[in-house]
Parts: sequence; C-alpha cells; structure tokens
Amino acid sequence: MITVTNLSKKYNADPVLNIDTLDIPKGQSFGLVGNNGAGKTTFFSLLLDLIQPTTGHIKSKDIQVNESEDWKPFTSAYIDESFLIGYLTPEEYFYFIGELRGQNKADVDALLQDFSDFFHGEILNQKKYLRDLSKGNQKKVGIVAALIGSPEIIILDEPFANLDPTTQIRLKQIIKNLAEQKGVTVLVSSHDLMHVTEVCERIVVLEKGQVVKDLATSAATLQELEIHFAG
Amino acid sequence: MLKYFISLEWKSFIRSASFKTNLFLKIMMVIGALWMTASFLLLGFGAYFMIEDGLQMEPFEVVNKALIYYMVFDLAFRYFLQKMPVLNIKPLMYLPIKRTAIVNFAIGKTMISFFNLLHAFFFIPFSIVLIMEGFPALQVIAWYLAILGLVFCNNFINIFINNKDVVFYAVVGFVIVMIGLQYFGVFDITNYTAPIFRAFYAIPYLALIPIVLAVVFYKMAFSYFKKNLYLDAGLSSKHDIAETEDYSWLNRFGSLSTFLKNDIKLLRRNKRSKMTLFMSFVFIFYGLLFFTNAVEAYDGPFWKIFAGIFVSGGFLFTFGQFVPSWDSAYYPLMMSQNIRYKEYLESKWYLMVFATLLSTVVSVFYLYWGWQAYAAVVVGAAYNIGVNSHLVLLGGAYIKTPIDLTTSKKAFGDKQAFNAKTMLLTIPKLLLPMAIYAVGHFTLGEAFGFALVAIFGLAGLLFKKKVFAIIEKIYKSEKYKTLAAYKQTN
Repeated sequence: MITVTNLSKKYNADPVLNIDTLDIPKGQSFGLVGNNGAGKTTFFSLLLDLIQPTTGHIKSKDIQVNESEDWKPFTSAYIDESFLIGYLTPEEYFYFIGELRGQNKADVDALLQDFSDFFHGEILNQKKYLRDLSKGNQKKVGIVAALIGSPEIIILDEPFANLDPTTQIRLKQIIKNLAEQKGVTVLVSSHDLMHVTEVCERIVVLEKGQVVKDLATSAATLQELEIHFAG
Repeated sequence: MLKYFISLEWKSFIRSASFKTNLFLKIMMVIGALWMTASFLLLGFGAYFMIEDGLQMEPFEVVNKALIYYMVFDLAFRYFLQKMPVLNIKPLMYLPIKRTAIVNFAIGKTMISFFNLLHAFFFIPFSIVLIMEGFPALQVIAWYLAILGLVFCNNFINIFINNKDVVFYAVVGFVIVMIGLQYFGVFDITNYTAPIFRAFYAIPYLALIPIVLAVVFYKMAFSYFKKNLYLDAGLSSKHDIAETEDYSWLNRFGSLSTFLKNDIKLLRRNKRSKMTLFMSFVFIFYGLLFFTNAVEAYDGPFWKIFAGIFVSGGFLFTFGQFVPSWDSAYYPLMMSQNIRYKEYLESKWYLMVFATLLSTVVSVFYLYWGWQAYAAVVVGAAYNIGVNSHLVLLGGAYIKTPIDLTTSKKAFGDKQAFNAKTMLLTIPKLLLPMAIYAVGHFTLGEAFGFALVAIFGLAGLLFKKKVFAIIEKIYKSEKYKTLAAYKQTN
C-alpha cells in the first residue's frame, strides 16, 4: 500500500529523517514510536506531502505523493489542531469534511451516530465553536473527522495524548476494528508504548530519523521496547 | 527585575516574525516610519500657518475646538489598534515575580507605545510655533502638558474599555450624533469644550487637573488589571455561543457551495474578518472626499475613477488580498484534503463580486453629486469585477502572512502584506483604469471615458479561467513555502 524508497529530509544539512526502504501492506495497523525529534511527525508530513523530501519518495498505492494529488481521496489524517477549522461547530466541521470527501449529510450523521459514546456527550450540540473546545475534545473531533468517507489510509499523530482514559480505551477499539474488519491501513504514532503494542500489529522504532527496530507485535514486544528505551 | 522585562521585550521585538522578512520590506518599513514622522512634524509646524492663511481663522482657537474630536478619535484609533499586553503575561504569572511588578510592567509598556509618541510629533512643533508667534511660553507649556495628560488618560481608559464593545460603540455613536448636530447647526459641542482646553492655556495651573487625572486613571487601570490577573478572569478568552447554520439555500451553487458556506461563516464568526467587513463599509464613503471637492488635489477628472474603484471595491481589496491567508490556520488540512482549487478560488471570487455589487447599489447616493459621480462608481465596479478581482487573488497568492482570525488588531494591513510583486500589481489595479479613462476623457469626452473603463473591465472576465489556472499553479508551486510560513504565528 505504502512504499518508501531512499527517503530523507534535511534542514540545512541537518538530517532529520533517513529511511532506505519501508513497506506497509494494506490493512496493517502500523505503529511508529520514538523519542522527541526522532522524525515521526516529519515522516507523516512527508506522507501527506506537507513538506518536500530532500531525496527519495513515498508511493501510496503506486502514486508518488509529491507528484500527483490522486492519493488524497483515499487518505485522511489528523496531525494537530491545524487540521481543525476553529470557527466552525463540530457538526459543521464534520459536514464540511464530508462534502470534501463526497459524503452527504445523512452519511455523516450515520457515521456520527456510531461515535456517540466516543464523544461522551461533550461534542455534539454543545453550542461551542471548535476553537473553544478543550484540547482533548478537539482531538476527538479531529480523529472522528479523519474517519469520514471510508478512507483506505488513516494517519493519526499521537492520537492518545490528551485523551481521558475512557476515550483512550474506546479509541484503541476503534483503531483495531478499522484494520481488522475494514482492511484500513492505519498509521499511528505514540509515546505510550503500552497503547501501541496493544493496537498495532507492527511497530517501527525511529531514532534520530533512522529505523532502528521493525517488530511484528508479540507478547514480548512491550518488554523489548521498554528495554530499548530504558537505554 | 526591570532589566529582565526590558530584555524580554527587546527579544520579542527583534525576533518577531515581521522582522524576519526580506530586505526590501525592511527598507520600506523604515521609509514608512520616517514618512509618518516627517508628515506629522510638518503638520505640527505647518498647521498654524495653514489654518491662519488657509481658513483665515485664529489657529489656536481652531485647534482647541477640534481637540475634543481629536481626543475621541484617538481613543477610537487606540481601541482598534493598540494591543493590550495581556498575552505575554501568562508565562510570568507562576514565576516568583510580584503581581504588582507584572502589572506595572504591562501598563508601563502601553505608555511608551507608538500611540503616545505620535502625538508628541504634532503637539511639540505646534507648541514651538505658538511660542515663536508670541504666545507666552509658560502658558503654552502648561497647555501642552495638559494635552499630554489627556493623551495618557486615553491610554489608560483604553485599558478599561478594551474588549467592551458596548462602551466603545456608545462613544462612537455619541460622536457621530455630535458631528451631525454640529454640521446642521443644531448644537455645537465644541462651544462648550473649546473653553476648557483654552483654560489650560489661560490659567496654567489648571493643567495640573489632566495630569492628576492621568495619575488617577493609572491607579484605576492598575487595580483593575491586578484584580483581573487570573486565568479565569481578565486573562481568560471569551467563549462565543455557537449556533449551527447550514445555509442550505446556497446548495444551488452546486459543489461550489461547500466553500461558499464556509467562507460566509469565516466572515461572520471571526473578529478579524468582521473588521474587514466594517472597513469595506467605510470605504463606501471614501468617495465623499473626491466628489464633494473637499480636497483640492483630487479635482482632476481621472481621480473620479480612482474614487469609484475604492468605493465599490473596499471589500474586494481588504478581503481579496489575503486569499488564501484567511485559511492559514488550517492550511495543512486544506492541503491534505481533496481540494478543488478552482472551486476554492471561485467561492472567494463570488463573494468579492457580490460585495462589489452590493457596495455599488448602496452608493447610489452619490447621484446627489451628479451622474458622473455615480457613473464613476459603476464603471469602477465593472473594472473591479472584471479585472481587479483577478489581480487581488493573484497578488494574494504571493502573500504568506498567517492571519490570526481571533483578533481584530492589525486589520489595517499587515506590514508583511507588502512585497515587490503586490506593489507592482497596484499599477494595473489603479493606474491603468485612470489612464484608460483619461484617454477617453480627453478625446471624445467623459461618457466615452466611462464606457472605455467599463468595456475594459468586462473584457477582463474573459480571462477568468486563464487567471485561475495561473493562480492554481502558484498555489501548487508555493505550497511548501506557504505551509511553512503559516506555521509561524507570532
């Protein structure tokens, strides 16, 4: 589904990312872990063509992302608040994203119905604009918006941060279902080793922009990761 | 302590995003600042003689009469432009610094701002001229100090009324009524206020009153500020009560409606864009300067076109030049969605066209100054719709200033909004239609001039597709630079 070839990104000769090859098959739930500055967000930004690679390229379904825009209809993401439109209410935001992804109001409403307990009564009909929601609630909106329009690739940067425990548990279930039942390729980054090992079939560890571990998740993975990061 | 505050301030000044621009812009900024200073100085020295010779009136008397309005306009000006130093305070609050020190610093900072210095450039030279003209020095100095006191009163009053729209609009409403009453000779407030200002001169020790008043206001601002120095009081951000609107009647515009709905919400729900709407309304009356012959320099025939373009195009210019910066806060979202650039642009274009038509209809009152005045507005509108709408969008594609939608400050144009490319674009925007009109005017007469401008404008519509394609190309080629620039908020 996603093929990375000779990808590197440098800022003024400072290498921040350097991945020779990486293949992510369709339907895989893929976890990216690493300390601050390891290059996780840089990788996701390259995948979404928000920054330019210094060398190499990423192909998504055989479409080179920095040359064609045809990957956009089947890709969705939530990276940070810059993916939210502050002056809209959550409903309006969902409908806007829906329209961009070819979904009518009824489609979006049906989807939102499924997430009513994820929202915990704090998102819909609150008479609040997105800019006035708490960080955690903003994140919930961003994550759900990324699910609109049945995308084939979903990219979530640090989805568990800022969420309350109940929502974290629900989110884990949602991500698992997406990959297992719907065959969606989900890419998640996290600082929380426990969460990623629970959710992802495969975990890649980045360190200073390099892939240092590429693990198929098993019972021993969490411990292996903990030993790695303990240092 | 003060040493740290000053070094923090200095760093925030020299490291601000607006300083990290190109050399051309820095030169322009310096020239702009010098020009402002020079013109105020010149005004200060020249005002006395201009009033004496030009209006055949007693200059000191006239200035005293005008002072009441001057002070109120100063307040209004501050309300819109002077930023309260609230934001930078938060990180200081949990450090071991006394609250009084923080408050004194914040208020002190407003005192040395540009808004207070500017007046000195006018009043100091004016006072010097007064003394040279034989007014007693001591009395003039007392008068000047009184004015200085009042300027600082305004400075502190602004701290109270900041973010209190009701108070502000009440004051502005009152002033408009007063100007109206004075204009129609019903009631002249300056008859009552001028003696007060004159008294500072006549009885010098009265000047102590405004100075004491300024000190009192300082104390009040201080305690007000201190009382509100909590995260859930003065430092909290106001939450608006949101209403969900679906504007389904816009669905008739087809796929375009997605963006159109969003753009209307953008305009209606953000402080910055509301300011733009207000400015566009003000522009409608800009033509009064030209058509009433109020300003002699504007009597040339082609100046009519200049006025017409601004009267009908206020919104077009103030809004259009910042496309796509209006969407800067969520540009990464837009760039990772399947955005159809053509529809995105078209939505903004329709808004501008609609606003231009609306302004043209509203400004029908220019007929009072003859059909030529309104004809200038109408052909100005035609030129705006056909040519300028494309040009502002084209210019906007090169402007990479992120817009903070939640604040109305800086709405009068960001310094960064000027660069060589946008400057060049003003030639076809303004000078070309004036030239076209002049050609018609001096050959077959004014009607032909108007017709030529209108024809040129409408002909511009033929190039819409082509221009949109060019803009789309720019958006794509500048995408990474734009994304990086919008990330820099400051």
